[in-house]
Amino acid sequence: MAEKKYDWSAIAKNPKFVELHHKKTAFLFGWWIFSCVYYFLLPIGAAYTPGIFKVKIIGAVNFGYLFALSQFFVSWGLALYYAHVANKDFDRLTRELIDELHL
Amino acid sequence: MTMKKIIIAASLALSVAAVAFAEESKAPAGAPGGAPAASAPAATSTPSAPVMKVETAQPAGPAAATPAAPKKKELKADRTITISMFAIIIAITMGVVVWAAKQTKSAADFYAAGGGITGTQNGWAIAGDYMSAASFLGISGLISLYGYDGFMYSVGWLVAYITVLLIVAEPCRNAGKYTLGDILSFRTSPKPVRAFAAISTVSVSTFYLTAQMVGAGKLMALLVGIPYKTAIIGVGILMVGYVVFGGMVATTWVQIIKAGLLMSGAFLLSFLVMMKAGFNPIGFFDQIVANPDIQDHVSKMVLKDGVILAGMDAGQRFLEPGLYLKNPLDQISLGMALVLGTAGMPHILMRFFTVPTAQAARKSVIIAMFIIGGFYVLTTLLGFGAAINLTPQGIISVDPGGNMATLMLAQQMGAEIAPILGDLFLAFLCAVAFATILAVVSGLVLAASAAIAHDIYVNVIKDGHADQHEQVFAARVTSFVVGACGILIGIAAEKQNVAHLVALAFAVAASGNLPVVVLSLFWRKFNTAGVISGLVVGTVASIALVMVSPNMTYPKMEAAKAHKVVVAMEKKMASLAPGAVLPEKDLKALEKARKDEKQDGSSVVGLDKPLFTLKNPGIVSIPLGFMAAILGALAFPSRRSEEMFDEVYVRQNTGLGMAKAVEH
Repeated sequence: MAEKKYDWSAIAKNPKFVELHHKKTAFLFGWWIFSCVYYFLLPIGAAYTPGIFKVKIIGAVNFGYLFALSQFFVSWGLALYYAHVANKDFDRLTRELIDELHL
Repeated sequence: MTMKKIIIAASLALSVAAVAFAEESKAPAGAPGGAPAASAPAATSTPSAPVMKVETAQPAGPAAATPAAPKKKELKADRTITISMFAIIIAITMGVVVWAAKQTKSAADFYAAGGGITGTQNGWAIAGDYMSAASFLGISGLISLYGYDGFMYSVGWLVAYITVLLIVAEPCRNAGKYTLGDILSFRTSPKPVRAFAAISTVSVSTFYLTAQMVGAGKLMALLVGIPYKTAIIGVGILMVGYVVFGGMVATTWVQIIKAGLLMSGAFLLSFLVMMKAGFNPIGFFDQIVANPDIQDHVSKMVLKDGVILAGMDAGQRFLEPGLYLKNPLDQISLGMALVLGTAGMPHILMRFFTVPTAQAARKSVIIAMFIIGGFYVLTTLLGFGAAINLTPQGIISVDPGGNMATLMLAQQMGAEIAPILGDLFLAFLCAVAFATILAVVSGLVLAASAAIAHDIYVNVIKDGHADQHEQVFAARVTSFVVGACGILIGIAAEKQNVAHLVALAFAVAASGNLPVVVLSLFWRKFNTAGVISGLVVGTVASIALVMVSPNMTYPKMEAAKAHKVVVAMEKKMASLAPGAVLPEKDLKALEKARKDEKQDGSSVVGLDKPLFTLKNPGIVSIPLGFMAAILGALAFPSRRSEEMFDEVYVRQNTGLGMAKAVEH
């Protein structure tokens, strides 16, 4: 039952952890900001540049429709990309860190 | 013990089914038909009710004269088939409850299914927890009436999951146990923080639950003619049964079953719509533009803004923005509440404690994103399909808010193959709506009771000294009480306008919960004072802003609006040839406006007109919540909280020490 005692501040200073922390922070917040900007372009664009949204691309389908639809694909794409990077990089770094700590 | 549970569960199932059948003889058979629908915007949990606009649009133009208008449609579900399908769903879910009850022995089992849900299962459960009857019926209805804007509205509900995926899912899995209070109290003074976190969780859940319960009651009344109160009590008994006996295991499986049903329904219906359009998406859009009924509907809508459009131009306008969402700031404000609020919703956060690892949490969000996103893409087909096949005028004649569009479409698409299929398909979709309601309300009741039983009772009152048996007992009693309160509130709120409550729930979650969750996980200097000031200011600001917003009723403004109608009608009457009278529709409008003109008084908080002009408070309350959290933490620094940051940060990134969270 007794929980294993970790020296948390030592782990926090471990170079592997620092590397993990930097990579993760840059990736997560960077892509989060990207997705927010991309999303808010939709209501802002629809309100202030309706002319662009009305441009017909294929048949009756206009730019506004394709842009709204692209939000779904961008979100899915980002989710898959994150899964790829996390499985490959973040999880690997975490495993290496834990191995190094002999836990 | 186990036997007792089985008997209780079985008798519950039987009594609910019995009530449903018993009502059949009492209710007039024609009740769910077209006429009463107009007064009941079922499940309009969409933040701004489109009802008013549509109603005013009709008498304004020369509507009564055009041949397209009098397409009165009816929506009547076959009671026997529908109630049989309800009974099947009740029976299956009750079976799940009996099975789940056997496995629910410890607090970890009750709140987090013992951490034994897989990533894939949790992904389906998140989708089931999240997609309410409002997204199922409301959004396709909006698309069927307002085209592009309805589709644009649906986008935010998926994008919200990027925040969940990147910022909260994995850290919460690693740092939390059962509730929001667990995450927030890690390096702060546990008692006050847990108490405030519980209050916030309960208020968010109550707002959301009230909207869901009222929507459920109206929907059931409309679809199968079960009286409002009976429907609320029936749904309430089931929801309490799932949560009290089956805890998180049963709730999870109810949500998985619901998500499966919802996706099959949406997929099947979209398939039929596309089959009719010859599987040609471009042709499908050309059909929308060329549809004379849609053209007529759009011309009337834009006429109110003084724009004259006809023919193909009007049809094309249906695919362009601005028919429904007219205030961009409100739209951005709602977007902010969605993008940040989803990640702060207690019933969504709670789902991440049910999986064993951060990897599983990640996988579950990604699966949920594909299900939820896929559903909204299909919703577009359903909405436009309904507009083409049923005409917007026909949809409005059944429900001015368009909430019945999907169901009407199901009936028509089925009936075009064979009449009996129409009834079957409609009954199936009614059952999907029923399962949808059950899954969402169960998740909410579980989240609220976890906050009360785990945070307040076990950790604040009992100082964390309660054995497993006592914890589970407390959780069950609390769920029962929360569920009972949900039923009472649902009954009391029948006549209230609850549409803004969903937006309010998201705003509180975004302004109160999310800032403190993010800062707890990522900011070294964050502490007790920050959590409390952030939660209080974010929550109070959102509620206060809604109280003074256009969501409330302002009798003086209503009277002024009615006065305008009276003036317009009198002018019209004066311009008529001698001897001629106004059409009956106009006379009725005049009579109503004359009555409305006389109302006087002020809103709930004593205002003559809104102080805050947006319906969604997020754009103001979210920054306020963040600022209050940051300033509170800086004003009362805590060394202990800073020192413990390393532990929180290492834990949430690596999952080290997590065994504590899973073990039971």
